[in-house]
Amino acid sequence: MTWRPRLAEGTAPVLVVLLLLLIGLAIAGPAYDEPSGYLALLKRAAPLMILAIGQYFVIVSGGFDLSVGALVTAGVVIAARLIDGSESATAWVILLVLGFGLLVGLVNGLVTTKLLVPSFIVTLGMLLVLDGAIFLWTGGAPRGALSAGFRMFGRGAVDVPVLGEVPWSVLILLAILVAAALFMRGGTGRALVAVGDNEAAVRLSGGQVDRLRLLAFVLSGLLAAVAAILLGGFAGVSAQVGNGLEFRAITAVVLGGVLLGGGRGSVVAAAAGALSLEALFTLLNLLGVSGALESAVQGVIIIVAVAYASLGSGVRQRLRLWPKQRNVARPAQPASS
Amino acid sequence: MSTLQENTLPVRQQATRPAAQRWLTPVVIVYIALVALLVVGSVLVGLRGEVLLDQGGILNILTRATALGLVAIGQTMVILTGSLDLSVAYLVGLTSLIAAETMAGRDGMVVPGVLLALAVAAGVGLVNGLVITVLKANAFIATLGVALILRGYLEENYTGPAGDVPRGFQHLGYDRIGPVPVAALLMLAVAVLSWWYLSRTRSGYHMYAVGGDIEVARLSGLPTRRIIVTAHVLCSVAAGLTGIYLASRLGSGAPYVGTDAGYDLESIAAVVLGGTLLAGGRGGVAGTIGGVLILATLDTIFDDLEVDPFFKDVVRGVVLVTAVALYARRMSANRTRGRLT
Repeated sequence: MTWRPRLAEGTAPVLVVLLLLLIGLAIAGPAYDEPSGYLALLKRAAPLMILAIGQYFVIVSGGFDLSVGALVTAGVVIAARLIDGSESATAWVILLVLGFGLLVGLVNGLVTTKLLVPSFIVTLGMLLVLDGAIFLWTGGAPRGALSAGFRMFGRGAVDVPVLGEVPWSVLILLAILVAAALFMRGGTGRALVAVGDNEAAVRLSGGQVDRLRLLAFVLSGLLAAVAAILLGGFAGVSAQVGNGLEFRAITAVVLGGVLLGGGRGSVVAAAAGALSLEALFTLLNLLGVSGALESAVQGVIIIVAVAYASLGSGVRQRLRLWPKQRNVARPAQPASS
Repeated sequence: MSTLQENTLPVRQQATRPAAQRWLTPVVIVYIALVALLVVGSVLVGLRGEVLLDQGGILNILTRATALGLVAIGQTMVILTGSLDLSVAYLVGLTSLIAAETMAGRDGMVVPGVLLALAVAAGVGLVNGLVITVLKANAFIATLGVALILRGYLEENYTGPAGDVPRGFQHLGYDRIGPVPVAALLMLAVAVLSWWYLSRTRSGYHMYAVGGDIEVARLSGLPTRRIIVTAHVLCSVAAGLTGIYLASRLGSGAPYVGTDAGYDLESIAAVVLGGTLLAGGRGGVAGTIGGVLILATLDTIFDDLEVDPFFKDVVRGVVLVTAVALYARRMSANRTRGRLT
């Protein structure tokens, strides 16, 4: 059997965009002449990339998860309150935060699959509940402090033989990314995409539709908790830490060419979308674009990206970049993914 | 367009229900829930020795309902066509600024200010609609993108309230007949107009058709693109009206008046609470107004009970999910009997 590495549909554009952004960074910023600059970028982008991977599972199976931003805030605030500076509490609080993310995902998934409520509404309700509950519990201003052990994951680095100092968050991100990519290649992952594409077909062919969608929400909740641990260490404790992250994660996933509504797209592309978004913000900062215009640029870019993806084949054929030889043997492409 | 369509309605065997449920449409349920809420709220507030529905209480509920109601009426139309609009919150802020800055305290500029604000709103709606129909971008992303662009504009050009509304124009925000604010009556008039448009005119019916199944609508010869663009323009104009109303109440324009109140997600919540299907094709303005009134009443009750304001969000979330779960259950029961009402 000949195994030819190939790019999943819709992956190529985001990789091109990412490459252009990275080249732009190298030109614009002296910090990006050496690998450490890119490592710092990756470290900054890690929480969003992890959120995007979680969001991908939900989106590709045909849903939305709007609750991840509030879940990140909840994770950070809970951890700060419970640890309160004591080093010994770190381990079980980390487990608790992960368990909390799992639980929120479970509730999202159960309400969506058992009570038949659209996930947009379920997770919107969860967003309201979490936001309100956090403020109710903390009285508006989060108290407590994170321990050094907890913050290590977000800001610390570890010595890796060949590469030198690599931030913990990058290692965690890579582990999750590899696991996610392998998972999506397996049977369960493929079934998840199939649910997003045609739920009835999966049901009729004996697939456990409800269980698959539940799994997607649980994974999203769990990964949001991981992102909370990284962000808490990286950015510190505040009640605004997760604000707007849900839209940013969805933007990243869509930028990665994943179809809203499900059934199409790859998880690596979703993570690449998140990295592109972060690289874009960095580039805009370097170019001195004010923070205000940043969101306008982000708006234009996601519209263009989605329009390009959905007009896709039509535009490409009109531009004659790739004339119709899709089924004809193509020249060997460099292996990349 | 139907990206929010989640076929969460598996074929399930369910006991048949009594025919009496035929009249128990979501709209009826919403208003029954509203009455029940008013009764429970009155009792709870009464236990503290106060009255919920005195002059101040009614005024409070209706004032809260006016702004959200206007946004939600527009949101109903886009959701019915199977789309949605996340840009309304920033648009409300933008139009309040345009209205207030154009008026700049001069009585003579009231009409131009209102017209300019509505024109800009219509323009934003047109952009939304065209991005969705011509560029074929998903509605969620298209309107999110437009929202981000508006936000960038607002953040770049404004730091706080700007503009000045003439004294005469503030009557719109504060005048009332008995306990009923004039603006609330105007909002209800807009609601009635929209109800008439949606349920008594041809183009209103077309919106339901497009939301129900865009392919079928297209194959039946409907101009689906034009219908979706129309819905978005109407939605944005409704958001523009909200901005004008809020400018008249605040006395000036405020860039974040819409986002602070969370009108984007809040209006979607009100629409869905009112029994409109998020996937489109079913529902209406009457239910939406019921949903808006429920949210406004909840807020007022909590204020009277001096409940922690953040508890409101918790309850709101639970109410929203419960209501939609209830509708979904009824619909799946109807489907198993092969009745598509």
